Amino acid sequence: MTRKSYLIVGALALALVDLLGLYSLRTPAKAAAGKQVIRINNGAEPKTLDPHGATGVYEDLLLRQIYEPLVARDAKDLHPIPGVAESWKMSKDGKEYTFKLRTNAKWSNGEPVTAEDFVYAWKRILDPKTASEYASMAYPLKNAKGINTGEIKDFTKLGAKAVDAHTLKVTLENPTPYFLSLLDHYSLYPVYKKSVDTHGDRWTRPENFVGNGAYNLKSWEINKSIVMVKSPTYWDNAAVKIDEATFFPVDNLDTEEKMFRTKQIDVTREIPPEKLPFWQKDKTGVFVSSDYLGTYYFRLNVTKGPLKDVRIRKALNLAIDREKLVKYVSRGNQNPALAYTPPGTGGYNPPKVLPGDLSRLAEAKKLLADAGFPAGKGFPKIEILYNTQEIHKKMSEAIQAMWKENLGIEVGIINQEWKVYLNSMKTLSYDVARAGWIGDYNDPNTFLENFMTTNGNNMTGFANKAYDNAVIASQKEVNLEKRKVHFAEAEKILLDELPVLPVYIWRRNFLKATNVQGWYPNIQDLHTLKDVWLEATPG
Amino acid sequence: MSSTTTFMNTIPIAKPIEEDDDSVGNSLWKDAYHRLLKNKLATFGGAFILLEVFICLITPWIAPYGFDTQTLELTLAKPSAAHWLGTDALGRDLFTRLLYGGRISMMVGFLASMVSVIVGVVYGAISGFIGGKLDNFMMRVVDVLFALPFVFLVIILMVYFGRNIILLFIALGFTQWLTMARIVRGQVISLKEKEFVEAARSLGISNWNIIKRHLIPNTLGPVIVYLTLTVPSVILDEAFLSFLGLGVQAPMASWGTLISNGVEVMEIAPWALIFPAITLSGTLFSLNFLGDGLRDALDPKGAKD
Amino acid sequence: MGLRYLLGRLAVMIPVFIVVVTVVFFMIRFAPGGPFDSEKQVPPDILKNLNAKYHLDESLAKQYVRYWGDLSRFDLGPSFKYANRTVNEIIAESLPVSAELGLISLVWALLIGVTAGGLAALKPNSLYDYIPMSFSILGICLPTFVIGPLLVLVFAVWGGWLPVGGWNTWQDRLLPSLTLGFAYAAYISRLTRGGLMEIRSQDFIRTARAKGLSEGKVIVKHALRGGLLPVVSYLGPAMAGIISGALVTEQIFNIPGLGRFFIQSAVNRDYTVVMGTSLLYFSLIFVANFCVDIVYVFLDPRVRYE
Repeated sequence: MTRKSYLIVGALALALVDLLGLYSLRTPAKAAAGKQVIRINNGAEPKTLDPHGATGVYEDLLLRQIYEPLVARDAKDLHPIPGVAESWKMSKDGKEYTFKLRTNAKWSNGEPVTAEDFVYAWKRILDPKTASEYASMAYPLKNAKGINTGEIKDFTKLGAKAVDAHTLKVTLENPTPYFLSLLDHYSLYPVYKKSVDTHGDRWTRPENFVGNGAYNLKSWEINKSIVMVKSPTYWDNAAVKIDEATFFPVDNLDTEEKMFRTKQIDVTREIPPEKLPFWQKDKTGVFVSSDYLGTYYFRLNVTKGPLKDVRIRKALNLAIDREKLVKYVSRGNQNPALAYTPPGTGGYNPPKVLPGDLSRLAEAKKLLADAGFPAGKGFPKIEILYNTQEIHKKMSEAIQAMWKENLGIEVGIINQEWKVYLNSMKTLSYDVARAGWIGDYNDPNTFLENFMTTNGNNMTGFANKAYDNAVIASQKEVNLEKRKVHFAEAEKILLDELPVLPVYIWRRNFLKATNVQGWYPNIQDLHTLKDVWLEATPG
Repeated sequence: MSSTTTFMNTIPIAKPIEEDDDSVGNSLWKDAYHRLLKNKLATFGGAFILLEVFICLITPWIAPYGFDTQTLELTLAKPSAAHWLGTDALGRDLFTRLLYGGRISMMVGFLASMVSVIVGVVYGAISGFIGGKLDNFMMRVVDVLFALPFVFLVIILMVYFGRNIILLFIALGFTQWLTMARIVRGQVISLKEKEFVEAARSLGISNWNIIKRHLIPNTLGPVIVYLTLTVPSVILDEAFLSFLGLGVQAPMASWGTLISNGVEVMEIAPWALIFPAITLSGTLFSLNFLGDGLRDALDPKGAKD
Repeated sequence: MGLRYLLGRLAVMIPVFIVVVTVVFFMIRFAPGGPFDSEKQVPPDILKNLNAKYHLDESLAKQYVRYWGDLSRFDLGPSFKYANRTVNEIIAESLPVSAELGLISLVWALLIGVTAGGLAALKPNSLYDYIPMSFSILGICLPTFVIGPLLVLVFAVWGGWLPVGGWNTWQDRLLPSLTLGFAYAAYISRLTRGGLMEIRSQDFIRTARAKGLSEGKVIVKHALRGGLLPVVSYLGPAMAGIISGALVTEQIFNIPGLGRFFIQSAVNRDYTVVMGTSLLYFSLIFVANFCVDIVYVFLDPRVRYE
């Protein structure tokens, strides 16, 4: 071949490579060349981008970028930091807050963000017509519950007043020690009234959308992608480094992992459980594992069959090897749950009542014998219920095997489709059921209030006056040290009565490209892109 | 119904199943049986299936471990002398689970397919043969059933009948018989205008006898082919019904669930996918040989190429 | 087959449609669980607001009438789960994606399936038969949820030639359409072979052969037409399924199609979306089967409808 033909072949090959898009496929998140672009897997299609219609983590990650709350949170330890509010003051009794809003905060159409915007937003989420599922997040505000249930028709009675354009005065029903961290929850984000009024349900579309966050909505294609760009009107936009972010709704963990490996995404939501052992050994620094504010547990129905007997509930709790379950079944660096509330929630450390291993197995056997089933003989057939998912199945199978081996009891396993499973829990038609709870805010209350007698999330039939009183006492107390005493008291009762079988404290495991900086691990897994930047990759 | 066939006079009438006495039925099957035995591949396929059924029957006595015996320290272990096919994510012996899975999957595969074949063939044959308004009605019923959201159907059936093994076969057979009915109907519509059907009719043979003796045997080819396709697809569908809580209950396994678990660990423990897949493919190969052999053997015209 | 038959057939669709709407409407409401059940229980007061917003607090009969009212305006209602979207919008955005994927897959499936099946029937019990049929068996045993990840692993992760997922460039179309097409090709090749083998032994083929036509010509000119009947019967419902979306393939390749809504909406108890997708599917089935019945006549001149 002549030199010329070499050239032609070379050019053709290049063209082919280009045509196939191979080149672009292999490029990681772009950093050096001026524009910073990041691609993140959101994990699912969001329900909505209306903060008052959102209900979970899949909306949270998105809303957090396009809105700025009154009070934001530190990226690392989540302590409250100024958001739209520059400063605030709390009254002595903890029932009144006065917020000073920064004067340069703007909506994405250039208009200023005012105190009235927050008052409007909070009235909107509480309006029964809005029918917001998370309206109860605003209940700490004075008269909020009454407005939401329709008992109070006069919305001006709400404990939120705009003193002037940049001063907001908030009155609470009770002193709520975690109120400032609530403000960072999407339910209490401001929304832009004119857009909502003009466009109705369609106001969250990119063409109609007005937000006040560091990013602005560029496009939103259902089940395909959501693209956000840096907002030019954001007051602190000089500090924002990422220019464009694409969020994918990939819900298949395997696909997500492969997209990461082929550099189609820079940050994943999760890691397929089967592949955890592999990534844990990874040396390139893409594996991230951090504590998460949640407990993986099983509910024990205290109203039915042998589980009515507290001795049996205790025996079941003592006869599982939590350390082994974590090490070989969940496999994600989780810590065994020795109490119900995750240690460190809101600065509180629960008493470690349950064993991590089988050190108290003898006690379990004795309890079972005392209850009338020595060595498990004659133990009635009970079933473990889980909602269909591989990891829950494995956990149930492992626990079933442990009970069989350690207590000599035969337990069945059944699975149900998600909504059928929820229905079974609600109607208490189960014996043992897999459950999990992720805290809404960093305070033990979000965990402990669930097992109050009338709480809808109880779903175990557990009813204990002393427990209820301890939780109520903690809600009315302002002093953290005194609250801790009430929490511990409640937790102690819960772990004596054991309507639950805690297994492990949740953990977030995901993959992050090494050039993504500022995506700090924190226990609520909250991430604002404002804190993130891309480092130039060497080479 | 049109009474004339244009083909009647233009094409020499070949030999249909001309005999009408009752002994024909027997000799037809007898002949078929002998022809089948002569077909080596088909015999091999049949033998393999029988062997599998036999192994399934004696599984509880020959399985090296319990299907739920876990060794958590030994998860996803490579095939070894102790675990011939390796272990799964909870350290259970895969060979044992494959054996036990076969019991479920073979039963599900054959019974659910039978449900779909019997309902589908009878329904399709009647619809196609009678034709006219009845055909239109019956086929629209099929259309409606196709459109029903399957997930809800299964959930509601479970609410009323509980998690019942019979329900499993019904649910699995349900989607399959619809297509089967359409295939049979198509064949019957094309066959019913043929000479030998006309001939039978002119001899005063009843409709039902025509369907039974002439039409159904003539549709057996496509039916057997579709049947051999149905067996593996119901075996795999069973894994989906497990998702709704109707299929096999943990910690028991089926081939379908073994394969879908195998996919998840494909890169880490390929054996967890390869062995169940080979087993299912082997079964299907045998089934196909047997099916083809049966089709040839049952061919009423005894055509051989 | 006259115009009257065609018109009659279309007229039948109306009562059948009414039946489908009614059956599906009531059926989905009998399943346990509602659209607003979630892991975190919605307090009863708030649930009341939600039910009022979506008219779920009305009697079933009233809701049913309301649904017909909306339907007569071609309004399938708002999605309960995706709060800012209407079912019309969801279908309008997702169906074209699924249809495109489906049609490409169908081309693959027919191309591979009929060729392989025809080849096998031309020379039965030879290598031409065994090799394609072995592949077809593999295709049936290795369903999309195996083939898909396998193709991704080889071509995207190891090879790096194609993307793992997405739906933007033509490269994105390749793996999913092959995955889906392969599954259908497996079926089609088996049915083609079966149908051809069946018809080859029939009288008019023998006649053609006796006239001295070559075997290839016999197959193409005569046998293929009649022998494809089972394939066509199979294709009717299959086509409706393939166009309205393939759940597993869409999920594996992260394709924004309609397929995932079929299961997702059921799991979410998103009543309006279940209704919308079911009605769409029914319409597609109806049209597809209608076409199949017409194609019968062309494939086999003896078939007639009165």
